[in-house]
Amino acid sequence: MVMDRRSLLPNSSKKQTVTTYTMTTTEPIAMDDPTTADDAISRVPTVPVNPPIAQSENSASAEGLPSANVKLVTRNLRFFYGSVQALSDISMSIPVNRVTALIGPSGCGKSTFLRCLNRMNDMIEKTRVEGDVLLDGNDVYKPGTDVVELRKRVGMVFQKSNPFPKSIFENVAYGPRLTGINGRAELQEIVEKSLKRAALLDEVKDRLNDSALRLSGGQQQRLCIARALATSPEVLLMDEPASALDPASTTRIEDLIFELRERYTIVIVTHNMQQAARVSDQTGFFYEGQLIEVGPTRQLFTTPTEKQTEDYITGRFG
Amino acid sequence: MTGPGLLNRQRRRRIIASMFAFSCAAAATLCVVVLFLLVGKIFSEGAAWLNWDFLWNLPSRHPEKAGIKTALAGSLWLTGLTAVISLPVGIGAAVYLEEYAAVSRWKKLFQINIANLAGVPSIVYGILGLAVFVQLFTLGSSLISGALTLSLVILPIIILATQEALRGVPDSIRHASYALGATRWQTVRHQVLPAAMPGIMTGVILALSRAIGEAAPLVAVGAMAYVPFVPSGPTDQFSALPIQIFNWAARPKAEFHQIAGAAIIVLLFVLICMNVTAVAVRHFYGKRVRW
Ligand SMILES: Nc1ncnc2c1ncn2[C@@H]1O[C@H](COP(=O)(O)OP(=O)(O)OP(=O)(O)O)[C@@H](O)[C@H]1O
Ligand SMILES: [Mg+2]
Repeated sequence: MVMDRRSLLPNSSKKQTVTTYTMTTTEPIAMDDPTTADDAISRVPTVPVNPPIAQSENSASAEGLPSANVKLVTRNLRFFYGSVQALSDISMSIPVNRVTALIGPSGCGKSTFLRCLNRMNDMIEKTRVEGDVLLDGNDVYKPGTDVVELRKRVGMVFQKSNPFPKSIFENVAYGPRLTGINGRAELQEIVEKSLKRAALLDEVKDRLNDSALRLSGGQQQRLCIARALATSPEVLLMDEPASALDPASTTRIEDLIFELRERYTIVIVTHNMQQAARVSDQTGFFYEGQLIEVGPTRQLFTTPTEKQTEDYITGRFG
Repeated sequence: MTGPGLLNRQRRRRIIASMFAFSCAAAATLCVVVLFLLVGKIFSEGAAWLNWDFLWNLPSRHPEKAGIKTALAGSLWLTGLTAVISLPVGIGAAVYLEEYAAVSRWKKLFQINIANLAGVPSIVYGILGLAVFVQLFTLGSSLISGALTLSLVILPIIILATQEALRGVPDSIRHASYALGATRWQTVRHQVLPAAMPGIMTGVILALSRAIGEAAPLVAVGAMAYVPFVPSGPTDQFSALPIQIFNWAARPKAEFHQIAGAAIIVLLFVLICMNVTAVAVRHFYGKRVRW
């Protein structure tokens, strides 16, 4: 499967791309200077696609073409477990090199949505998906799509940590090995780099050959993050990656996410509002299988347009 | 009035409870005692005959000269060939059923059939082996016919044990592998099979120890009691330990019963070795793999 990065979004996504733009230009919360070019442009919501932010920050990969600022798009995505509908008409754009946070009460479909993006839902029997998921403009549900290739590009960290019953080293090296990297030195380098980025290396560097199952819950979670990083995906889907971590490790993971955002597109599910506010550029609020509201994180948290969103983030339910 | 009545009832209940415990203990003891009696009798009769010559002598009409060399060799050949045939087929079938086949009516039908086949008496497989391998495929009463027939006997056991082991591997392991961009084959090969290996090995060893003890299907395919040579290849005629034991035990002379006992000791020794291996495998891996 050759995904053409430069291909334009199909015309049918016009409506989508308009909404995309207002979201994509989210400035990181930290840099709140209204005089920056980025921000100035974000005030012009009528520009349909391709805000300069994408060009200025990603000119290397974007090549100044319109679809470059959106990595993933879902259009009217519906998902069914048997006859039970878990997602209804989710239309959402996920900007490149940005962090998108998904929040919402338990059971609202965040994990289901995440699994739709790399087709992990294919594994579950008797499920059905409708609508489109476009990665760089190509429908990942198109017949003939190479799912294996897709999953190499769209990595995932699961809600429950699931290390392989092998050594720490083998856990992280598994992904690179699949792609044909076999040199011990090369693997060692990748493993150490990945563990370091997942803030785990210091704790395990003397026992890389110990079983991963002997790590603590939080260490296992970071190991799973390291394992996902080792394959250098373009998009990283993280389902509550910090749910079993202490505050210090959580901070490190958040720092990591912030750092990774320069090279990856990240979608993170979290139940922690502060975390969503801290790390993400865009936030989507799910409720009962619907995407109630999506927008720049700061805007969603300060001036939500929907009553349900406001109730949720102020803790009135969920 | 509740006083004595209640006490009585309590006493009755205690007595029933202790009687039940006693009967269970008695049943367990009986099993062990009978087993010890059997083993004891076999050892008292056979142990005296057990020596190096007994293992290395050819069968003979004279009990003092008779040995189990050819029968033991035949059993080892059979076990080896049976393993070579039934392992790939059995494990392959189980992997297909668990990891590849979609849930369907056919799969369910297949599954029920395998479970039933595991319960079919082995003589039935013997007759089948005689008709198919010996006659139809004209393999004759050879080692390969015997091994193929024994494979039929233990295939359902291997398939069921392997399926059980594969089902014990949590789906989260498969998902983790797929999410890293592994193909189905890579996932099976690098994650699922290694994780299931202790269970599979245990099942395989137990199935093979069943094969080693089988006599009926071998009689049906025409194994012989008197084979004066050690088989040199899969197409040779053969004998096997259970056949030899059966043959000696059926003779009127008391000495033959005693050397049958000696052969049983050898067979038991082989079986115990295999079972110990199974336990060791489970123990060794069990320490490493825990979900
Ligand atoms: N494998 C499955 N089979 C059937 N129903 C499922 C399955 N997985 C999830 N569901 C249902 O789909 C709905 C959405 O589940 P999902 O796991 O996506 O929720 P979530 O938002 O991730 O919740 P949480 O925050 O608790 O993780 C729930 O009602 C859940 O019961
Ligand atoms: Mg979830």
